[in-house]
Amino acid sequence: MIVPQILRGRLTTLRPNVSALFLSRSHFTYYPTSSSSGKKMNMFNAINNAMDLALENDNSALLFGEDVGFGGVFRCSVNLRDKYGKNRVFNTPLCEQGIAGFAIGVANTGVTAIAEIQFADYIFPSFDQIVNEAAKYRYRSGGLFDCGSLTFRVPCGAVGHGALYHSQSPEAYFAHTPGLRIVIPRGPVKAKGLLLACVRDPNPCIVFEPKTLYRAAVEEVPLDYYTSDLGKADVLCEGKDVTLIGWGTQVHVLLEVANLAKEKLGVDCEVIDLVSILPWDTDAVCKSAKKTGRVIIAHEAPYTQGFGSEIAAYIQEKCFLHLEAPVKRVTGWDTPFPHVFEPFYLPDKHRCLSAVQDIMLF
Amino acid sequence: MLRTLSRVSELPIIVKQLQKRSHNNNIASGKNNNNSYGMQHCRYSSSFFGLFQNAAQAGVTKTNNYATEATVKVNRPFKLHRLDEGPAEEVKLTKDEALRYYTQMQTIRRLETAAGNLYKEKIIRGFCHLYSGQEACAVGMKAAMRDVDNIISAYRVHGWTYLMGVSPSGVLAELTGVQGGCARGKGGSMHMYSPNFYGGNGIVGAQVPLGTGVALACKYKGNGGMCLALYGDGAANQGQVFEAYNMAYLWKLPVIFVCENNNYAMGTSTERASCNTDYYTRGDALPGIWVDGMDVLAVRSATEFAINYVNTVGPLVMETNTYRYSGHSMSDPGTSYRTREEIQEVRQKRDPITSFKELCIELGLLSADEVKAIDLKVRKEIDEATAFSKTDAELGVSHLWTDVYSNCLESKLRGTISYNLDHIQERKGVNH
Repeated sequence: MIVPQILRGRLTTLRPNVSALFLSRSHFTYYPTSSSSGKKMNMFNAINNAMDLALENDNSALLFGEDVGFGGVFRCSVNLRDKYGKNRVFNTPLCEQGIAGFAIGVANTGVTAIAEIQFADYIFPSFDQIVNEAAKYRYRSGGLFDCGSLTFRVPCGAVGHGALYHSQSPEAYFAHTPGLRIVIPRGPVKAKGLLLACVRDPNPCIVFEPKTLYRAAVEEVPLDYYTSDLGKADVLCEGKDVTLIGWGTQVHVLLEVANLAKEKLGVDCEVIDLVSILPWDTDAVCKSAKKTGRVIIAHEAPYTQGFGSEIAAYIQEKCFLHLEAPVKRVTGWDTPFPHVFEPFYLPDKHRCLSAVQDIMLF
Repeated sequence: MLRTLSRVSELPIIVKQLQKRSHNNNIASGKNNNNSYGMQHCRYSSSFFGLFQNAAQAGVTKTNNYATEATVKVNRPFKLHRLDEGPAEEVKLTKDEALRYYTQMQTIRRLETAAGNLYKEKIIRGFCHLYSGQEACAVGMKAAMRDVDNIISAYRVHGWTYLMGVSPSGVLAELTGVQGGCARGKGGSMHMYSPNFYGGNGIVGAQVPLGTGVALACKYKGNGGMCLALYGDGAANQGQVFEAYNMAYLWKLPVIFVCENNNYAMGTSTERASCNTDYYTRGDALPGIWVDGMDVLAVRSATEFAINYVNTVGPLVMETNTYRYSGHSMSDPGTSYRTREEIQEVRQKRDPITSFKELCIELGLLSADEVKAIDLKVRKEIDEATAFSKTDAELGVSHLWTDVYSNCLESKLRGTISYNLDHIQERKGVNH
């Protein structure tokens, strides 16, 4: 009962800061994942390093996509064609449906295929191939054939100025498709581990890479081969009052929100990076939800049928009696991804912090 | 009475000859065709430069000692696919037209330069694809279009937007995301629209089936219109382009599939991306025309032919061979997959604006002073538009949730704060 009063008092002191809202270009502050040793890399270096290892360890591995031979528009495949030859690392024409179908066909023969769709916004021509072919191959052949050696790399998410067709986060469309694996890294260490895990995983995988992190995220990345767990969430900071769940860039927004909530509101937040969208770590989420009783899910994709809907529905089903407040979602609005209004569209720290306040006051 | 000249650069010499022999209407020119312009022929009426007393006999009007009309042969011959007859290679050019085309091309060039500068100043954010080098394609096609005709294109549309009636300030303001923009700042570089212009499109190739649909509507309504569906050499490899070809041919739709071939699909050159780089032949059963896209008169002539063809026979493919000076977008320096020398060579030898200007001056359709006056006027207009685009205000935040649906499908717009926002649509579409 005391908490709400404290909250109200502290929030009034928060307001003046809100005017500084849009002064910085980036809507998040990057929180690096610490690792014991390694080389300083940004996310595109780490992905480059991962693909280098994947191509080196597996002679059958192929890497292709639009402009990939030249290093790709985000420089992730830079130098790989020179190192492994144009038979293994090559450009495709601008035809996403073809790229996907081609990748599935190649993978059906057991060859490791890493296909890049240049922007997540361009993945929709290949939607049919991914949903109807890749995801169902194993099932429909009774396990005789599969394209499990296939990994799609897909840059996604807000970048500050991408407007309608260079900013979308389509993970929820694919999460509706059994047979696929979907992961989203939050930084270089995770990106390398997840990509290598996906390449090795015997299911068709999609790695959505938040493109704003390619350069903005810098961490010490181990140079050796390693994989990160697929289907496992990371609890990045422990807390007892509110669970904050996000993935990709949004994780960094939530980590900042957790700090702000502690500092301004005296609220102790637990931050979970979901990492895997499909299948997702229900155990970690439910464990945390039962502990805190209050859950906020934040993602850039629109509200309706965003992946937050699935998490919220699951939590209410499994943790109903533990909840102190309805599960909240802080997301992009149900509008197309706007150009000039991007700062207003994103679930930034101010909206998330306000949700923390609301859920505490419920 | 036509005289044949071998090439533009020889014209001054020829003029001198003509002055000496002004009593004679039949002067043949030099023989050298192997110059940098390729096989460039210019035929023009005997009255040009006001040198001849018998202009009236030649059926050409003239005022103030300047020619008002000339007949010109296109720079490079058309190539045809499944066509017995192609577009006219000899075309008329009036002084008014020369003024208009030059002004339009120069405006687009300046507009794009301004856009590039605004981008470098970080006033334009995001994606910005410049049309510099390709001006003759849009201006030539626009010159042939009638009021009932439509056009849809991809993401390199600043020039088209201007040609289709939006002021330079409307274009630049859209780029800087302010309310004076033609989409009120909500679309940005790739998304600009005006009546009969179904816009730019950010997804490679997606506009081609749309343009075919627009053509279907033209046919269904019987309004005599047609649609130009523009795409690049990169988009030519998208499957949906072939789906559109097939439907258009089956139903004989009035659509011209225009492949603006600037030789590079983003960073991949045509021969690396396409098994058949003769894009005008890629419609299979659809007839095709290859056009020199650096020659505004050739593009106009081909488009006139094509408009007539699609309205009487059926769809065809038109490839305009052109070149972009800038990178694919502003984030591409455009020099990693081609040499600077290559760009310089095209600029010097094939630039659509310089070559057209020289042609008009040589023909006497434009004087150097007139050209200068146009340049000054264009510069002033673009400078003003640039200033406007920097100072105009952005739309209010409430416009974040306008124009999502025609009206609010639920009682309040979902997903917005507290569900308390009504959906708003302030402008009625031009297609209603």
